[in-house]
Amino acid sequence: MGIIKTEKLVFEYIRRDEEGNVEGITRAVDEVDLDVKQGDFIAILGHNGSGKSTLAKHINAILYPTEGTVWVDGMDTSEYKNLWDVRQSAGMVFQNPDNQIIGQVVEEDVGFGPENMGVPTKEIWERVEESLKAVGMYEYRKHSPNKLSGGQKQRVSIAGVIAMHPKCIILDEPTAMLDPNGRKEVIRAVRALNAAEGITVVLITHYMEEIIHADRVFVMDKGKIAMEGTPREIFSQVERLKELRLDVPQVTLLAHELQKGGLKIPDGMLTTDELVEALLQGA
Amino acid sequence: MLRDITLGQYYQADSIIHRLDPRVKLVATIAFIISLFAAKNVLAYCLAALFLACIIKLSKVPFRFMIKGMKAILFLLLLTVVFNLFLTPGETLVSVWKLTITKEGLRIAVLMAFRLTFLIIGSSIMTLTTTPNNLTDGMEKLMNPLKRVKVPVHEVAMMMSIALRFIPVLLEETDKIMKAQIARGADFESGNVIKKAKSLVPLLVPLFISAFRRANDLAMAMEARCYRGGEHRTKMKPLQYKGRDGIAYLVLVCYLTLCIGGNFIKFGLVL
Amino acid sequence: MSLILDHVNYIYGEDTALAVHALKDVNLVIPDGQFIGLIGHTGSGKSTLVQHLNGLIKPTDGAIYFNGEDIHDADYDKKKLRSKVGLVFQYPEHQLFEADVFSDVCFGPKNLGLSRKEVELHAYAALKQVGLEDEYFYQSPFDLSGGQKRRVAIAGVLAMKPDILILDEPTAGLDPKGRDEILDQISKLHRETGITVILVSHSMEDVAKYVERIIVMNEGSILYDGTPKEVFRHYQELEQVGLAAPQVTYIMRALKAKGLPVNTDITTIAEARDEILRKMKG
Repeated sequence: MGIIKTEKLVFEYIRRDEEGNVEGITRAVDEVDLDVKQGDFIAILGHNGSGKSTLAKHINAILYPTEGTVWVDGMDTSEYKNLWDVRQSAGMVFQNPDNQIIGQVVEEDVGFGPENMGVPTKEIWERVEESLKAVGMYEYRKHSPNKLSGGQKQRVSIAGVIAMHPKCIILDEPTAMLDPNGRKEVIRAVRALNAAEGITVVLITHYMEEIIHADRVFVMDKGKIAMEGTPREIFSQVERLKELRLDVPQVTLLAHELQKGGLKIPDGMLTTDELVEALLQGA
Repeated sequence: MLRDITLGQYYQADSIIHRLDPRVKLVATIAFIISLFAAKNVLAYCLAALFLACIIKLSKVPFRFMIKGMKAILFLLLLTVVFNLFLTPGETLVSVWKLTITKEGLRIAVLMAFRLTFLIIGSSIMTLTTTPNNLTDGMEKLMNPLKRVKVPVHEVAMMMSIALRFIPVLLEETDKIMKAQIARGADFESGNVIKKAKSLVPLLVPLFISAFRRANDLAMAMEARCYRGGEHRTKMKPLQYKGRDGIAYLVLVCYLTLCIGGNFIKFGLVL
Repeated sequence: MSLILDHVNYIYGEDTALAVHALKDVNLVIPDGQFIGLIGHTGSGKSTLVQHLNGLIKPTDGAIYFNGEDIHDADYDKKKLRSKVGLVFQYPEHQLFEADVFSDVCFGPKNLGLSRKEVELHAYAALKQVGLEDEYFYQSPFDLSGGQKRRVAIAGVLAMKPDILILDEPTAGLDPKGRDEILDQISKLHRETGITVILVSHSMEDVAKYVERIIVMNEGSILYDGTPKEVFRHYQELEQVGLAAPQVTYIMRALKAKGLPVNTDITTIAEARDEILRKMKG
C-alpha cells in the first residue's frame, strides 16, 4: 500500500433549498481509486467543480468518505483515533494565501502546527528554522505576513506544513491567486521539497505548465478520474483535454497544430527544446 | 482611505521596556491608571508625569508617535474639558452671557485634561512596545487562574489574536469593495442619515460574506494543522519572568506606594 | 472621444517616511475603439494607473482629460465619468450584494438616476452581452458558478453603458475554458459595439492573442507602448523586469538560432503554425 490510497471513494452532499428542504444529492467524488507511492510527485488536474478539491480534503481528514475508504500511511482516515496522526502525516496548503496564515509574525505562523502537536519549545524553534530555510523564507522570519507578496505568503504556508514533519503535502490550487512570478516561486519550492526531502507531493492545479515535472498526472471530471498517465501521455491528448475544459502549454498546442498540418512530430511535446529538436530533424 | 487608520500600532525598537514581560506591562498599565484616578492633588500628578516621562525615555519610542495617538481622541478630550469647565457649580471666576467658569470647574477641567492625556499616553506605551501577539499571550497567562472557573481563557486569547491578524486584511478589503461600488456609481457621502445608512448595504453585504468566507477558510486551515484548542499545546515563545521583570515590579510597587501615600501626606497637611 | 493622461504622477503616503512613487510621469493617449493590454508585474503601478482613469485616485501632479475636459475640475461630474469609464476590479464577484442577479446588475444604472424602464433595459442588454442565459436572471448570484458570477459582475459595469471598459485581470482564478470563454466574450463585445477595452493581465499569451496594443508598466513608468509584435521584440528587456514574451515567440527564436529561417516577429499559435508550415513544406 502506498502513502495515500483510496478505494472506491465516494463523497456526496445534500443540496437544500432556502427552506432547508432536500433538493437533491450531488456526488462530488465518484468511485475514485488512487494509490500514491512514497516520494512521488502527483498532479491532479481538473476544471473548477470537477471534484479535485473535495478529493484533496479527504486526504487530510477534513472530509470523510460517504462510501469507500481513504488510507494515509496505512491509517483509515475515518477512524477518529487516527485523526491527528492523519493530519500530521498529510499536511495541506490551501488556495487563498491570506486565509491560512494564523500568526502575526512569519516565524510564529510556522510554529503554529508544532505548537498544536505539543512539540517541546526548543524543537519548535529548530523546526521553524529548518522549514523556513527549506522554502527560502528564513530572512523574512520576523516580518508581518501582511506585508509579503502572494508567492511569499504561500511559501510561508508551505513552511508551516513542513514544520509538522509530514510524509506528504497536498497543495490545493496553491497558485490560483498568484501572479506568474509568484507561481514559479511556489512550484520551485514544492519541487525542491520533493527532490531534496523526499516528501510526497500531491499538487492540485489547472495550470498545465506546473505539472510537466510530475511523476503521474490524474485528470478529474464530474468526480471521476477521466485520464491518468505521465505528463507526456496526458499532453498528447490535446483534444480530450479541451473537452475537459483544460488546455496545454503553447509548445504542446503548436506541435499538435503542426501535426494536424501534416508535419511528423512525436506526440506530447513538453518543452521548447524538444519541439525545436523534432522540427529540425524533420527539416 | 481606511488603511491609514492605525490600531494599537507597534513601534519596533530595542529597549528595556520592549523586552519586559507583557504581563509586567499589563499590570503596570492598570496600576498606572489606578494611580491616576487615585491622584487627588498636584503632587500626585507631578509624580505620575515624572514616572511617565521616565518610561517614555526608556522606551526609545519617539514622543511624536504618542502624540499621534492623541489626535484621534482630541475631540473627546476637548469635550470633557469644556463640560467640566462650564458645568461645575462653585465660586464664579468669569461669567460671559450664560456661560460661567467657576474656580472648581477650572481646577477639575485642568486636572481632567492631564488625567486623560496621561491615561492615553500610558496605555499607548504598552501597545507601542508590545507586539499584539505578545500582548494576548500576556493576557492569557494573567487570566490563567480563571480557567478553573471555566472561563475559556485560551480561546478568548486565540480569538483576539486572530482578530488582530485580520483587521488590516479586512480594512483593505473594505477599501477595495468601496472603490468597486463607487466605480458602479455608488455614493457613500451625500444624503441624510437614512440614505447614508442605506447606501452602506452594497458595502456591508459583500464585506460580511467575505469575512465569513475567510473565517471558514481559516478554521479549516487551523484544523488541518492539528489545532484542537488549548490542551496538549506547547508554546514556541513561552512567557518566563526574568530578573528585569522583578525589578520592574519593585519599581511599580514603589511608585504606587508613593503616589497613594502622597495623597494622604498632603491631605494630612491640608487638614 | 478619448482619454488623455498628461504628465501624471502619483505618490502614496506623501509627506510620510513611507512615501511610494507609484506613477512617474505617465503620458498616455487612449483613443476610441482600441483593444489594449496593460501588463506589468505586481507592484508595477498598473492598478494605480487604472484607478486614475475613472477618477478614483487623484494624481499628485499632472492632469487627466476625458473628451477634452479635465476630470478633476471642481465642477466636473465624477459620477458621469465613472459611468463612461467602467472599471471592473479583480475578483469582481466579491462585490455582488443583491438577492438576485438582475437587481444586482441594475445597481449601476440605477445610481445614474435613469428611469426604471431604462435601468431594466440596460441591465438586460448587459446580461446578454456577457452571454448569461435568462434562466439565471432571478437566481441568487451566490448560487452561480465562479465563471457565471464573474459575468454578472462584469455585466454590472457594462449596464452603465461605458465608452471604455477596463478589466483588472478578469480571468484570475478561472479554469482554462472559463478563461477563454470570458476573453472571447469580451473580444466579441469589442468587435460588435466598438467599445474601448483595457485588459490588465499577467498572461502574455492571452494579451498577444486578443489585443492590438500593449502598454508595459514597470516601477511606475511606461516601459513600452506599441503593437504586440513591437513590444515582444524586446523580450530580453521584458525578462529583466520579470516579464516575458509568449512561449511561441521563444520557439520561433530558437528555430531561427538553430538555422531555420523563420520570421521571429510572431506572437500567436496560429501565426507560428502558418509560418513553420510554409517554411518546412515550401
